[in-house]
Amino acid sequence: MASIAIERPIPTLGQALRQMREAGGSYQGIWSWLTTVDHKRIGVMYGATAMFFFVVGGIEALIIRLQLARPESTLVDADQFNRLFTMHGTTMVFLVIMPLSAAFFNLVIPLMIGARDVAFPRLNAFSYWMFLFGGMLMMASFFTGNPAGSFLEGHLGAPDGGWFGYAPLTLNQFSPGTGIDYWAFGLLILGIASMAGGFNFAVTIINMRAPGMTFFRMPVFVWMTLVTSFLIIFAMPIITVALFQILFDRLFGANFFNVGAGGTPLLWQHMFWLFGHPEVYILILPAMGIISEVLPTFSKKPLFGYPFVVFSGIAIAFMSWGVWAHHMYTTGLGSVANSAFGISTLLIGVPTGIKVFNWLATLWGGSISFKTPLLFAVGFIAMFTIGGLTGVMHSIVPTDYQQQDTYFVVAHFHQVLVGGSLFGLFAGVYYWFPKFSGKFMSEKLGQLHFWTMFAGFNLTFQPMMIVGLMGMIRRTSTYEADLGYGLWNMMSTVGAFLIAFSVFVFLVNVVVSMRSGKQAGDDPWDGRTLEWSMSSPPPVYNFATIPEVKSLDPVWHDKYVENEAGETVPVVAGAANGHKEEGHEEEGHSVHLPSPSIIPLIASIGPPILAAGFIYWDNPWMLPLIPVGAVILLVGVFAWALEPTTE
Amino acid sequence: MAHAATVDEHATNTGIDNRKLLMWLFLASECLFFGGLIGTYLLYRNSSIEGPYPTDRVIDGVAYSGLFDIPFTSISAFVLLMSSVTMVLALSAIQRNDRRGLQIWLAATALLGMTFLAGQAFEFTEFYNEGLTLNSNLFGTTFFVLTGFHGAHVSVGVLILLSLWIMARRGRITSENALNVELAGLYWHFVDVVWIVIFTLVYLLQ
Ligand SMILES: [Cu+2]
Repeated sequence: MASIAIERPIPTLGQALRQMREAGGSYQGIWSWLTTVDHKRIGVMYGATAMFFFVVGGIEALIIRLQLARPESTLVDADQFNRLFTMHGTTMVFLVIMPLSAAFFNLVIPLMIGARDVAFPRLNAFSYWMFLFGGMLMMASFFTGNPAGSFLEGHLGAPDGGWFGYAPLTLNQFSPGTGIDYWAFGLLILGIASMAGGFNFAVTIINMRAPGMTFFRMPVFVWMTLVTSFLIIFAMPIITVALFQILFDRLFGANFFNVGAGGTPLLWQHMFWLFGHPEVYILILPAMGIISEVLPTFSKKPLFGYPFVVFSGIAIAFMSWGVWAHHMYTTGLGSVANSAFGISTLLIGVPTGIKVFNWLATLWGGSISFKTPLLFAVGFIAMFTIGGLTGVMHSIVPTDYQQQDTYFVVAHFHQVLVGGSLFGLFAGVYYWFPKFSGKFMSEKLGQLHFWTMFAGFNLTFQPMMIVGLMGMIRRTSTYEADLGYGLWNMMSTVGAFLIAFSVFVFLVNVVVSMRSGKQAGDDPWDGRTLEWSMSSPPPVYNFATIPEVKSLDPVWHDKYVENEAGETVPVVAGAANGHKEEGHEEEGHSVHLPSPSIIPLIASIGPPILAAGFIYWDNPWMLPLIPVGAVILLVGVFAWALEPTTE
Repeated sequence: MAHAATVDEHATNTGIDNRKLLMWLFLASECLFFGGLIGTYLLYRNSSIEGPYPTDRVIDGVAYSGLFDIPFTSISAFVLLMSSVTMVLALSAIQRNDRRGLQIWLAATALLGMTFLAGQAFEFTEFYNEGLTLNSNLFGTTFFVLTGFHGAHVSVGVLILLSLWIMARRGRITSENALNVELAGLYWHFVDVVWIVIFTLVYLLQ
């Protein structure tokens, strides 16, 4: 709490620029990454780590698909299958899509609002390290076993309760190993990471906008980040409580979900989905924000109905709190509750539909250039719409009774999370890559990536809709040959490998383009928002002079004006005003940059050690990990509070 | 080193200091955390199928005496409430740059907080001796987890207050960085208010 303002020597702008150019010494070493508080570097770290987990989660998906390719397959047994789909779901939601969104918050938000960094740079670094360690803790569960003498002796140790972790499947009785403990503590730590990010970006966006950037001059991506941050701030504490409850039941014999003591496992479902449905929008709103930037840029038109897109995002966020029981129709809540939640779920489709029509109208009549970012954005609209419509089908109670626990549901949410979120995030990668690397990604490989992914995606998930409607049950490791699911499943498996190939193409594209990509200028796409006014890659201090914002799409308005005939024409050369940052060196003018700090990393080592101590608390050799972890955390927090910053 | 530009960098769009806004958002988030715990307690109220029970009751002709000692808990709730008053006095002292007053009122707040915690420790021990544990029944589970998490929050608050008190004794808190005291105060008042809610819903309304 106690940051005493101590002035430290701050590099002048000229010095900082020189340091950047020389790109040598401590600025580039590994230590600089461990201690960085620069939002751009943290964004890169978030993105790279999420891509690593994406590959892990993808391999799990491929094993699942191989098992299901043919009826009565024995590649994995039922127990291994449980662990695979649990880790696949948890990984993709918490270790891939959320952190990929966080990567874009980090990279882009301060640039878009004209700030030099986020409000709390060290909290930002802490958020990343907690994410990394939370993910590693969860992955470590693969290497633990199950207790001797239990019915799972000799099996892998990974969690087996599904990403939704329904009690009583996750209680000791049905999951006797430590897998669920790792899962729950991993999610708690990841929750802290997301909340740290949520607080940080909410404060940054509310408080650190450049002069003139009113709320309704903010780019839609900034808006969606703000809305997502609030969803994170309010949804995460609910799952935190639920995870503590399951841990108390498992580790200390509490009764939260113990039917024998009068408890009800349905409590878990209510808590989980009260978190879980806002979480759905935490996963999709950032991608919606990204495509709301990509579509106008590549259509050379302003976003159609900007206030409608913004307000529907806000409306979705509010309504997302009142629909959770649509996951629970078949639990016997009664027809009144089911009808109420059915209606609220139908209603939440309205603002979502508004967004889709505004995106289409943005494309309408634009001079469209089908570069890779736009391909993914358009792919998003098409696939997300199918996902959204199948979601509307689920809101209707009797229909949902038929579809509950079938592959139709699996197909639906992959349609939204892969065809929606992931396509949107890939659009963002192709769109902003030139800004942060200074180089274009290969357009050829990008097109190959998109089309193979698009084909693979549809080949995987459309047949899944059909087998789902035929009645194929999800979370079951195999099916009998005479059920007639074989062909459809084989198609899904082939599709999954096509997706894997497309991701391989993407990774090759990243590596090749980093090395020998075509040089991109500062404004390669003829962009509209502030990040395109600075050099590519942006200087470490972002803005030498904080820009003054006079309109929505400020960079566009610096470049183009409307003539008397109402046509958009370029501004006459030389008449453009201030936003262009040419990196002019002004000796003596100093910029306050936050000092690098190792403390966020140190503090974040505490929680996973603390978690390990609790998981094995009945082992006297492991019990001391609790005080050790607590002391590390405490020392970290005190050092943090007392460390001088240039903030 | 200090430049005119520095002033602008520290001015925020809303005029609210970043750290203060962060604290408000954090406390908003905490509302949902305690909301989850309190909701669970209320959901399971009167659902225990074995004793001990919170209040006196007769089940199948057997009389059970309740564990709650309302007068005792009222006093500890009053103690915590008073600590909010001393916290306000601490803040107003440093805003007037009265460092001596700051030290006294910070120490008083921390002491009152510790008194509350001692009361809670005593209460937990009493209940434990009567047979109430985390696993005895739903009442034990929900009561200990809810009040335990609240107690943990009070403990963190006491730690913050003591750190501030040490800094104040070294003369490192002035009216310029009184924000540190203000932030600790926001947190402290929040923890107090949560206890008022718990005391009302858990202890008083049956
Ligand atoms: Cu839902």
